[in-house]
Amino acid sequence: MRSDPRTARSVRPAAEHVVASLDETPLQAVDAVDTTTAPRSMWSEAWHSLIRNPVFLISAALIVVILFIAAFPGLLTNQDPNYAKITQANQPPSAEHPFGTTRLGYDVLARVLYGTRTSVMVGFFTMLLATLIGGVVGALAGYVGGIFDAVLSRITDIFFAIPLILGAIVIANRVDALNVWIVILVLGVFGWTNIARIMRGSVISVKNEDFVTASTALGANPVTNLVKHVVPNAIAPVIVTATVNLGVYIVAEATLSFLGLGLPSSSVSWGGDISDARPALRTQPMMLFYPSMALAITVLSFIMLGDAVRDALDPKARKR
Amino acid sequence: MIWYIGRRLLQMIPVFLGATLIVYLMAFVSSGDPIAAIAGDKPISQAVQDKLRAQYNLDEPVLMQWLIYLGNLFQGDFGIGFNGRPIMDQIKLAFPVTFRLAIIAIVIETIFGVIAGVIAGLKKGTLIDTTLLMVSLLVIAVPTFVIGFLAQFVLGVQLGIAPVNVGRDPSWQNLLVPGAVLGAVSFAYVLRLTRTSIAEVATADHVRTATAKGLSRGGVISKHILRNSLIPVVTFIGADLGALMGGAIVTEGIFNVSGIGSLLFRAINDGESPMIVSLVTLLVIIFLIANLTVDLLYAVLDPRIRYAK
Amino acid sequence: MMASTNDTATNEPLLEISDLEITFATTNGPVRAVRGANLSVYPGETVAIVGESGSGKSTTAMSIARLLPENGKVTGGSIRFGGKDITSVPTREILALRGNEIGLVPQDPMSNLNPMWKVGTQIKEALTANGMARGAKARSRAVELLEEAGLPDASRRANQYPHEFSGGMKQRALIAMGLAARPRLLIADEPTSALDVTVQQQILDHLDTLTADLGVAVLLITHDLGLAAERAQHLVVMYKGQIVESGPAIDLLQNPQHPYTQRLISAAPSLASRRLVSGTKRAEVREHAHEHLQPAESAGDRTAPEFGDAEANLDAVIQVQELTKEFPIRGAVPWKSMPFTAVDHVSFEIERGTTTAIVGESGSGKSTVAQMVLKLLQPTSGRVLFEGKDVTTYRGKELKDLRRRVQPIFQNPYGTLDPMYSIYSTIEEPLRLHGIGDAKSREAKVRDLLDKVALPAEMMRRYPNELSGGQRQRIAIARALALDPEVVICDEAVSALDVLVQAQVLELLNDLQGELGLSYLFITHDLAVVRQIADRTLVMEKGKVVEQGTTDEVFHSPQQDYTKRLLAAIPGGAIPLAGSETIDVQAPPVADEDDPMPTDGPSQTDGPVDPFSRAERA
Repeated sequence: MRSDPRTARSVRPAAEHVVASLDETPLQAVDAVDTTTAPRSMWSEAWHSLIRNPVFLISAALIVVILFIAAFPGLLTNQDPNYAKITQANQPPSAEHPFGTTRLGYDVLARVLYGTRTSVMVGFFTMLLATLIGGVVGALAGYVGGIFDAVLSRITDIFFAIPLILGAIVIANRVDALNVWIVILVLGVFGWTNIARIMRGSVISVKNEDFVTASTALGANPVTNLVKHVVPNAIAPVIVTATVNLGVYIVAEATLSFLGLGLPSSSVSWGGDISDARPALRTQPMMLFYPSMALAITVLSFIMLGDAVRDALDPKARKR
Repeated sequence: MIWYIGRRLLQMIPVFLGATLIVYLMAFVSSGDPIAAIAGDKPISQAVQDKLRAQYNLDEPVLMQWLIYLGNLFQGDFGIGFNGRPIMDQIKLAFPVTFRLAIIAIVIETIFGVIAGVIAGLKKGTLIDTTLLMVSLLVIAVPTFVIGFLAQFVLGVQLGIAPVNVGRDPSWQNLLVPGAVLGAVSFAYVLRLTRTSIAEVATADHVRTATAKGLSRGGVISKHILRNSLIPVVTFIGADLGALMGGAIVTEGIFNVSGIGSLLFRAINDGESPMIVSLVTLLVIIFLIANLTVDLLYAVLDPRIRYAK
Repeated sequence: MMASTNDTATNEPLLEISDLEITFATTNGPVRAVRGANLSVYPGETVAIVGESGSGKSTTAMSIARLLPENGKVTGGSIRFGGKDITSVPTREILALRGNEIGLVPQDPMSNLNPMWKVGTQIKEALTANGMARGAKARSRAVELLEEAGLPDASRRANQYPHEFSGGMKQRALIAMGLAARPRLLIADEPTSALDVTVQQQILDHLDTLTADLGVAVLLITHDLGLAAERAQHLVVMYKGQIVESGPAIDLLQNPQHPYTQRLISAAPSLASRRLVSGTKRAEVREHAHEHLQPAESAGDRTAPEFGDAEANLDAVIQVQELTKEFPIRGAVPWKSMPFTAVDHVSFEIERGTTTAIVGESGSGKSTVAQMVLKLLQPTSGRVLFEGKDVTTYRGKELKDLRRRVQPIFQNPYGTLDPMYSIYSTIEEPLRLHGIGDAKSREAKVRDLLDKVALPAEMMRRYPNELSGGQRQRIAIARALALDPEVVICDEAVSALDVLVQAQVLELLNDLQGELGLSYLFITHDLAVVRQIADRTLVMEKGKVVEQGTTDEVFHSPQQDYTKRLLAAIPGGAIPLAGSETIDVQAPPVADEDDPMPTDGPSQTDGPVDPFSRAERA
């Protein structure tokens, strides 16, 4: 069966035996250690590729500005966002009111600046809450597996089946005194499912890695393994999704306010302002423009940040 | 395949029960007085209260109430609305409008999203890819209601090429702009998903093997890249049907479309809890059916699942 | 065999590559993957390019039909095919060559078939794309081609999807595809490296006959010098992007001129191997092992052997008795699961200070045995005795104590280290887990361990992603030695490494055994490696031990047909080289087909590596 390799079937003219000169092809030590570069962990590699990414730089700069405004909105305007004077309604931009006033006489710039605080707060804390719930549920489901996984996965499915806005609407409708924290709670309770699904998948793929088995064989118990090996290695896609989610929650809050189901008018919200600006769309389109722009820029910043982080954490994308 | 479908169906049952129970509890039980919850802010007479008490079996334990409610639901009985008409009748009128709206949205997001996504994925890293990606980011970042206002204002008010208010019993044509607005965000997601998926499959080993066989670039793309990479996209689009019908509340509000969304919006403003529960439950059911359909479609598209036990 | 003579009997090479330079654009700037490569393939002959990973062998081959990844480009030199320079012709002309002039059999059968299309359809496509046949005719031709590639029951198989095929069957389908349009040159890129040795042999034999009959020239890309020498008339050795030596196969093997080739030949386990001998003699190693044991014994609380273990061999550090593992696999209906016996009454002993190897092909159950010995998996029945005591029921403190004394080294160097942990924390982890020493003494221990595995101490602050596969495996060894274990279980510990690195790691393991008196259980599919490291050898097939004895006995007078077949399948084993013994075993006849049931297809996920096993462990 096996053909004899020595049977000549080629028409190669001569049996040439060519050897490259050793000068051209110097022999190197087998598996030499490269000591030329500084030690780098995966996170620091990711960081290095992040700070070279213009998308990251732009979004990070925007987010710094947004956070600053959210923290100190009063530094950029001396107007009270909740002070309306019907005598100065519908004013064009002026030194006193750089963005003009609304049809009720609110200062638009002040509304936009103070609205940042509401949006950022809702976005950030909802993200924390949802990531916490989703992270814990997903990690436990993926790591423990079996019946436990089946039950947790079905619970996740149940909350996944109720769309974020619809769930929030039903609850918001039931609560009389809505405030920022209740909105955060409501959005968090209906917004954690995609985190749980991602965490679960990520944990399942990590827990079968050899280094986890190795750790077990070294004497680590399952809890140590989950906390010290599995979660740290599974968290990257969750961070990416959480960042993008932050933008999604901000939009959800604005939508609730837009529908009149969100925060009461005493708290400043872009969604409510956009809704209020609608009747005057024809005469004063800028009233709609300013809060919409603020909302869009904020959401865009977080989505772009998420994209940049994804690229940095994905070794496949980094190689190119 | 049969067991795959069977498992899916079995898994759906607890999810259906759980989701409807949560909606039911949220709407009826969260506040102290169930009658007040059902009636909302309106002052109601003792007679109406008694009627409601009977209609919602309020003397029964909560779980029982919910089971009776579900039982009625399956017989097509959603109860009576505040305006005295059966909720079922009102839904029957509104549903086709919203369904049409969702279909338009899905068609638009699929056609434009997939085409743009395929182009971006095949030309990853080029100017056209970056442009499309930026467009998708913008569409996601600008909330639907702002896009809706702008579309209504520019196309409806200023250019006059689309109706500003759609109103009752609209034609497909009249629903075109609202449908596009409804599908806008999903379009952006479809684009991004398609792009990622295409770019990933394009570098797969089997694609290189197909190229090595002598297939033209077009043949490789249509036979080996597209089909493989569209599976996650199909999953997304299918599941999106349920989400779109829920999202219609904003779009229908803006364009004054009298569909499920408007009904829901009105019910919320009036505090008409039975209507809210009925509509949200209905949307959850649609969402679940859409997801099940996707699972089946998935099995049709992917032979590895089709033949799995 | 005579096919080449009725080809145009000119002395023109079919393929001529001159001064080829290939550059990849990366974020760290351009990287030259191939430099100044010259090689030619004449009609009908087989030329092999041999090299380690990263040597540029595949890159060179892929550039011929312009199949490089997008960031790779030919930046110098020329490629002539059939007398025509095709280096920079329009893509249209390359398209005309692909399939019907230049065929490809790719490396990994698992990822090279499109999972969405039937196998027959994918072969038909190769025919229609090259205008060989269309419609029903193309279909029947596709079946013929599958048959020709040695696939039994081809007409039914053509209607199946790739996931219903075993690895060997997929590879046959890929061969059928590569040869479908009757190319003049077939590029075979590691066509069998993912397959078991016996399957590899059958497929290569078949490919040989087929290409000889059709007069197809083959450019074979391989990392295995023995295989290359056996299959090709002409060898080309590549090293770091350059061709260091080329010549007639036998001449090159017997008279290697370049130091790299010499190094490669001396390291290739399949070519020249016998038991590695460390500075210490074998007998001394074993004596040393017993001395090493003394302090542990006096300090420890070792009791007399339990009742029933009186006959236990105290010289055996581990005794495995009638070990059996069954996995439930899903049957035709979900509620009926059938037991699948992965390990079937396996018994053996590991003598202190020696190496016992378990060798077998995929699905033989060898890794399951290792997992049970490591107590990562609970046996269905049977016992594992450690120093005479049954450890199968250990839990809690007893188990933790056992974990100190029995350590694993796993196969995949890229998965075995936590990417988030620095090398220091990786090696220190076992010390920390068992509360040994303080921060200062641990650091001293880590330094000492790094020194033992011949890595510089500065390595401590680095992370796994900065290390090569061989270096990672050495870190894994250092981690395994941190607790001064008595037994180390190496599950395919060197299989993923390049030959030279593999030789280095084997050498290291062997030296450490001499130095520390370790006992090894060595799990591997590679018989050639077994001969280098093992004192005793067990051959496993389908969960059962079919043969066991001293390594010399197994290699020189194999008793079982299966062992003989395995030995005969070692590529290059029969090539005489100066200073080495040859393996010359007549393979018993075997039906030319691999398992009709796909053993490495779907069952891979349903069988032994089922989530069940993980759940049990957690």
